[in-house]
Amino acid sequence: MELVLGKPNQDVFAATLLELAQHDPNILVVTSDSRGSGKLVPFGQTLPDQLIEVGIAEQNLVGVSAGLASAGKKVFAVSPACFLTTRALEQIKNDVAYSNNPVRVVGISAGVSYGALGSTHHSLHDFAALRTVNNIDIMVPADNFETRQAVLAAMHHPRPMYLRFGKRAVYDLHTPDTPFEIGKAIKLREGGDVTFIASGETVAPAVLAAERLAGVGISCRVLSMHTLKPFDTEAVKQAARETHAIITVEEHSICGGLGEACASILMQGGYHVPFNIVGIPDEDTVTGSQAEIFNHYGISAEGLAATAQALLQVEQPS
Amino acid sequence: MDVQTLQLKSVAYRKTILEIIKQSGAGHTAGSLSCVDILNVLYNHVMNVSPENFTDPNRDRYIQSKGHSVEALYTVLADKGFYSREALATLNKYQSKFIGHPTRKVYGIEQNTGALGHGLSLAVGTALAAKKDGRSYRVYTLLGDGELAEGSSWEASMTAAHYQLDNLVVIIDRNTLQITGRTEEVNGLEPLEDKFTAFGYAVRHVDGNDITALIDAFGQVPFVPNKPNLILAHTVKGKGISFMEDTAKWHHRVPSDEEFAKAIEELNLAEVKLKAAV
Ligand SMILES: Cc1ncc(C[n+]2csc(CCOP(=O)(O)OP(=O)(O)O)c2C)c(N)n1
Ligand SMILES: [Mg+2]
Repeated sequence: MELVLGKPNQDVFAATLLELAQHDPNILVVTSDSRGSGKLVPFGQTLPDQLIEVGIAEQNLVGVSAGLASAGKKVFAVSPACFLTTRALEQIKNDVAYSNNPVRVVGISAGVSYGALGSTHHSLHDFAALRTVNNIDIMVPADNFETRQAVLAAMHHPRPMYLRFGKRAVYDLHTPDTPFEIGKAIKLREGGDVTFIASGETVAPAVLAAERLAGVGISCRVLSMHTLKPFDTEAVKQAARETHAIITVEEHSICGGLGEACASILMQGGYHVPFNIVGIPDEDTVTGSQAEIFNHYGISAEGLAATAQALLQVEQPS
Repeated sequence: MDVQTLQLKSVAYRKTILEIIKQSGAGHTAGSLSCVDILNVLYNHVMNVSPENFTDPNRDRYIQSKGHSVEALYTVLADKGFYSREALATLNKYQSKFIGHPTRKVYGIEQNTGALGHGLSLAVGTALAAKKDGRSYRVYTLLGDGELAEGSSWEASMTAAHYQLDNLVVIIDRNTLQITGRTEEVNGLEPLEDKFTAFGYAVRHVDGNDITALIDAFGQVPFVPNKPNLILAHTVKGKGISFMEDTAKWHHRVPSDEEFAKAIEELNLAEVKLKAAV
């Protein structure tokens, strides 16, 4: 199976937003010297009155966005995920979520998109941080299709939402007619031995690992868990019932993210299946590009295939 | 070190900055070129810091709040002998300790920065500790002008004035550009001097790319007893390379082969001119 490379998800986000905002002057984008990274320069040129710039001030970005949302604006607050969800966490928690101002908080260049720029520029904590904040939904699209669908869904979403996009071009994983619903995992592949539950840019390596494992007689289910809140609990339980092992994959710390969300569902539901959380371990993250970091921590077709085989305790192919 | 030696160093530093950015395929080119003269004067003329005394509690401290201009800092520290120039070949590479922002894994670096708006608070704390301990070291910190939109810088400024930290020297790299464009168009900063004065600083203006002017300005510290010092360093982003100067697009652009060759040629010419001027 050949996967076709699409665009970076954040480019698709920006293009979709521009398309929608041209028909709705109520849609506003708020940036913090981040329009270039967010591919929102065309938005600013086409709709200058619908882009608000606050300078390098992420706390202010979120607070101003919450104020705008309270006055009925459809606001997308766009900034690198790393700064947005650390520095402005209090504004997200209090001014957006707690006060129920339905801002679409958009974290761009997320995870380890910024690779060698180091820990200041990585967001490996955002799932954990925001999962614990009441009243904000979390979306992590895997490909261009999911990104577009997430933006369309966000437009009419009644609650605050966090959307997380990466910087690199991603593989297309879905056909355009795939049903998409907030809070409902998409099954990309059916299989009975192992289920990969992945989010965002780690879905493609999971798909490729499944392909590889099929070659050695291991059949895998692959779920794209594009929504971390509300969570598709049933899809996880079903995987436990119908397949022999579960591996979660995320571009996030192994603490507090997708993996632990699944673990808690399994434990509390009384499911005991071989289970492995793949993500970025709790250590000083290795220097390198996103791809090098993924490879280093086994978020790759090879790495995930090996993890699956170890979990099933079958021989590795030579 | 005499002025001409320092000027020649600045040219050499600019070459190294471009070389390591070119080699690694990433970097914050223009911001490093904008501030490198300031770092040159600080490390080679003003501060009492070297590989030999780096663990001495009495050393002067430099905290680079605009962490993205790390190539300038790595370059100057290599020249100071904290590590070899060759080590910088691994910049941004897999498993290298030379990541794209200042990190304490690299000998000579005081604080991990990269998220803007942290350096001034760190510097205030370090300067306050000197006062508590009766130590005479000074703390220097470099901020971008776009960075000043972060409210934390103004919070730290209030603490600096409140504790009368005249051992703190805040330098603003006032190149008038940030990523999106002119600071005054993105999020107006002016009247900047009035703001800093109102926050309790003793403020001086300097041409931040002029070695002599920088030596003179740092020589006057403390500007006013019991007040934190603030230097508005008027610089040119991309300084030294004609086609990079004062343009927003060079913020984190890597030169093409052709651009790189042209830039090095311009620097070679600058070097020849400086030597001829003796
Ligand atoms: C908290 C935070 N927000 C955003 C960024 C991304 N960023 C890196 S450099 C930069 C522009 C900096 O402009 P300025 O402070 O003027 O620096 P200079 O012109 O000297 O490069 C931005 C927005 C960051 N590093 N940290
Ligand atoms: Mg600037």
